[in-house]
Amino acid sequence: MSEDLTRRTAAELARALAAGEVSSVEVTQAHLDRIAAVDGPVHAFLHVSDEEALATARDVDRRRAAGEDLHPLAGVPVAVKDVVVTEGTPTTAGSRILQGWVPPYDATLVSRLKAARLPILGKTNMDEFAMGSSTEHSAYGDTHNPWDLTRIPGGSGGGSAAAVGAYEAPLAIGTDTGGSIRQPAAVTGTVGVKPTYGSVSRYGLIALASSLDQAGPVTRSVLDAALLHELIGGHDPRDATSLPEPVPPLVAAARQGLTGDLSGVRIGVVTELNGEGYQPGVRARFDEALDVLRGAGAQVTEVSCPHFGYALAAYYLILPSEASSNLAKFDGMRFGLRVVPQDGPPTAERVMAATRGAGFGDEVKRRIILGTYALSAGYYDAYYGSAQKVRTLIQRDFAAAFDQVDVLVSPTTPTTAFKLGEKLDDPLAMYLNDVATIPANLAGVPGLSVPSGLSDDGLPVGFQVLAPARADDRVYRVGAALEALLEASWGGPLLARAPELTTEGSAR
Amino acid sequence: MSTISREEVARLAGLARIDLTETELTRLAGELDVIVESVARVQEVATADVPATSHPIPMTNVFRADVVEAPLSVAQALSGAPEAQDGRFAVPQILGEDA
Amino acid sequence: MTVTTDLVPFDEAVRRYDPVIGIEVHVELGTASKMFDGAPTEFGAEPNSQVTPVSLGLPGVLPALNGKAVESAIRIGLALNCEIAELCRFARKNYFYPDVPKNFQTSQYDEPIAFDGYVELELEDGTPVRVEIERAHMEEDAGKNTHVGGAGGRIHGAEYSLVDYNRAGVPLVEIVTKPITGVGARAPEVAATYVRHLRDLFRALGVSEARMERGNVRADVNVSLRPSPDAPLGTRTETKNVNSFRSVERAVRFEIARQAAVLDSGATVVQETRHFHEDSGTTSSGRIKSDAEDYRYFPEPDLVPVAPSREWVEELRTTLPEVPAVRRRRLQQGWGFTDPEMRDVVNAGAVELIEATVEAGASPAAARKWWMGELARTAKADEVDLESLAITPAQIAELQGLVDAGRLNDKLARQVLAGVLAGEGSPEEVVTARGLEVVSDDGALETAVDAALAAQPDVVAKIRSGNLGPVGAIIGAVMKATRGQADAGRVREIVLQRVEQG
Repeated sequence: MSEDLTRRTAAELARALAAGEVSSVEVTQAHLDRIAAVDGPVHAFLHVSDEEALATARDVDRRRAAGEDLHPLAGVPVAVKDVVVTEGTPTTAGSRILQGWVPPYDATLVSRLKAARLPILGKTNMDEFAMGSSTEHSAYGDTHNPWDLTRIPGGSGGGSAAAVGAYEAPLAIGTDTGGSIRQPAAVTGTVGVKPTYGSVSRYGLIALASSLDQAGPVTRSVLDAALLHELIGGHDPRDATSLPEPVPPLVAAARQGLTGDLSGVRIGVVTELNGEGYQPGVRARFDEALDVLRGAGAQVTEVSCPHFGYALAAYYLILPSEASSNLAKFDGMRFGLRVVPQDGPPTAERVMAATRGAGFGDEVKRRIILGTYALSAGYYDAYYGSAQKVRTLIQRDFAAAFDQVDVLVSPTTPTTAFKLGEKLDDPLAMYLNDVATIPANLAGVPGLSVPSGLSDDGLPVGFQVLAPARADDRVYRVGAALEALLEASWGGPLLARAPELTTEGSAR
Repeated sequence: MSTISREEVARLAGLARIDLTETELTRLAGELDVIVESVARVQEVATADVPATSHPIPMTNVFRADVVEAPLSVAQALSGAPEAQDGRFAVPQILGEDA
Repeated sequence: MTVTTDLVPFDEAVRRYDPVIGIEVHVELGTASKMFDGAPTEFGAEPNSQVTPVSLGLPGVLPALNGKAVESAIRIGLALNCEIAELCRFARKNYFYPDVPKNFQTSQYDEPIAFDGYVELELEDGTPVRVEIERAHMEEDAGKNTHVGGAGGRIHGAEYSLVDYNRAGVPLVEIVTKPITGVGARAPEVAATYVRHLRDLFRALGVSEARMERGNVRADVNVSLRPSPDAPLGTRTETKNVNSFRSVERAVRFEIARQAAVLDSGATVVQETRHFHEDSGTTSSGRIKSDAEDYRYFPEPDLVPVAPSREWVEELRTTLPEVPAVRRRRLQQGWGFTDPEMRDVVNAGAVELIEATVEAGASPAAARKWWMGELARTAKADEVDLESLAITPAQIAELQGLVDAGRLNDKLARQVLAGVLAGEGSPEEVVTARGLEVVSDDGALETAVDAALAAQPDVVAKIRSGNLGPVGAIIGAVMKATRGQADAGRVREIVLQRVEQG
């Protein structure tokens, strides 16, 4: 086990804390120091809550000393994506329109983190309102990929992935509407899970697309993800779409997977999520991972999901439509930015338009206008209505596939991390990053991304595992098995091969 | 064929209450045209016999008991307000007419 | 703002045009908490003290549907003889307005919880009218803007507004009629009767206090004219937020007269929203309804569909109160009122008051006498509803009990009533405080009678000679001397006794 506390997994830290080998204050301070050292160049955080985190850590240490029964993750620090509402801590969703907003309430998942006494290190950077795949659409500057600071960390949750990948936090919270947890995990060599829709409460997540959004864990190991998912998951009466039944035993599933035995597990390779458009190095690592899974006893077959080819199109109708409505509340009347036009009468209507014109970035405006179009009279049936039908077809594809196999797999993303700025002016090219992750959101099924090696360019590749709704345990089992077998072959985690970051920001 | 004209973008921006500059209008018209053309392919398979899905996980009848919970304090309620007066949110005049 | 509007006299307007009306009634449900969150719904509370993050539409919040509100909506639907949807969803109605916290209203669009119903009304003269119900759907109320500055706080001149979100999220059920045709000159009366009927129904169902003056029940009235009953429907106007029965009647009347003048002049009626002015009884133009109004409805993704089981619906059906017309016939029979008497009682909105008064022990005749007499006059003078008077049916029954026991005469009872209305306490308390009891002590009365007879010695002779006319004068004098607290009948007996004895 590493001497450096920031190199340990959350499970390792939890064990050391429980054994009294380290204090939460030491662990928390080590991560705050790491943030101070490397976050200048990485820029994973929008807000660091040093004092609050240390106060929680001190409280945990005191309670532990007093012999209190604590949650297994008590005292293990966590970073929270800035789209998640935190009482008393600024929450901006990466948007200028929310600059300086301090919420008067906590998201349900934050209440659960606080109840379990995890020190919250701060809020992580993201594409504005989670719209993007590169974190370049943040109003507060780009986040940089710890593997190569000239490259994107993925998005929208680039901040959470980079924070975990750069050892600034052992755990982070992400949200995934079309891949915003899994795609950043893939390009930063970390682990990310989008739970079944309704597994984790959406109360307090600043909504992008209500029927697609889901919060989940961002970590460096599958077991850590399971630990965090079990903590934040479960029914919440404040979210009508929250699943009524308890989260299945995920930690147990991950531990089972770590044995490396997948005998009898049927794995389906999605024909439509491989091949053309996927980088050769990405395909090579994917194929090698399939060999590893076969070696673990899994039966690997190919399964076709014929309507997945329409998923991206349906997604870029459903998401903007719901977002155009969800983002209507940002109008400068009750909270956040208010911009009064300089010329003409300052009516409510004009102040709203001026505020939204100044407060929203390009991508947000693009999608709101697109969604307004798709919902407007005369176009609804052709666009939004048709997209909802495609959603049915994709669900049917999943249902048919899961009749044949236990999990479906694909590369998480078609390519490795691209250069900052490379796709900024080409929205369609940017949207293609999520081609493999989007079907899961449309159908509400769980998906996990786990590192599967480095591509020809020396950058991480992600392997995606998808399971039926409510069977999140399967993605943990298969993901943990692949992780254990690959790490055994690599002689350690993939992240250990990332270049050292220095305070100057140059990779070694 | 152009499906989204500059005028259409201006109409949509009005509906969505977003001031756009001339440059933005022009650029968005071009971009949205490309995007809409691309996403329009959903119509290829969205035939009349396929039902629409609005919610990914089918559930019905999720009700809350009619029980009162503690409201925010007035100070909390107004804490984010750009302007407030007499315990209320101060907002600009409602219609476009001159005072 | 003085805009002169050309009007055709109403009678002439309805002679030459066939009016068609439609009414949308919004009722605020009397739930303890709001439609989609646990915020309290207390009326008249300090501004923004009845809000949670959900009511304010803060970033990140989600709605959680109040089951009691759904139950109330279904019961309203059943009481309106509607079908109850097997499955229905909420939808978002998107429009920007500062009192709508999310800039969309969570409502129902093409899938209302109840649809295809009817109600049977009875007009003042007993004419039956059937109104078809298009739909009843659930939605949430908006906050309240107070316009500050500008000319008299009107929207147009306001420099800014102050917004209170206490009302935002209060559950509403909106009930929409199909076009009501064939009622001709009685359209205004039908409209008012319909709204009153619904108000009574909401109360009988116990789903709302349904107090018009608090805006618990609000009506939007649609009016259009056509040259003849077989012509297609004309262009309609929608007069918003008409909040009393009388106003509903006046608004319809005014619109018929106004639209007739527009059509007479050869112009066309503009499809628009209009505002009703209580003071003048007129309407004025609001927003023009145009195609630009594009609400971009779509299914609310944050709420799951409502699918009331048939068992639940049938169970709720058993909780429905008696149909008002049936109930009225039953009460009338029990009370022994004539048809005109009962109609007056219904039109005065006194059915429930009389029922409660009888339940509290008064006879139906006495209860009617009070509510339709003295109290009706008081209410009319004060321009308030009977039920708004500061007296309860139980107090009326108590008052009548004092009369029946001979402790009060009619005159004293009216004084006691005035005391109760003035907030001086219960009838018994007023009697004590004001010392208003009937003087039943014969000794005191005899003394007073003797004094009166002594003051007018000539009347004794007149009475003795068989002229009973002056007895009244003596009684009057005695009543005056006892400040009206004597029982006139007893005084008469004593006077005759004394004269005989004398």
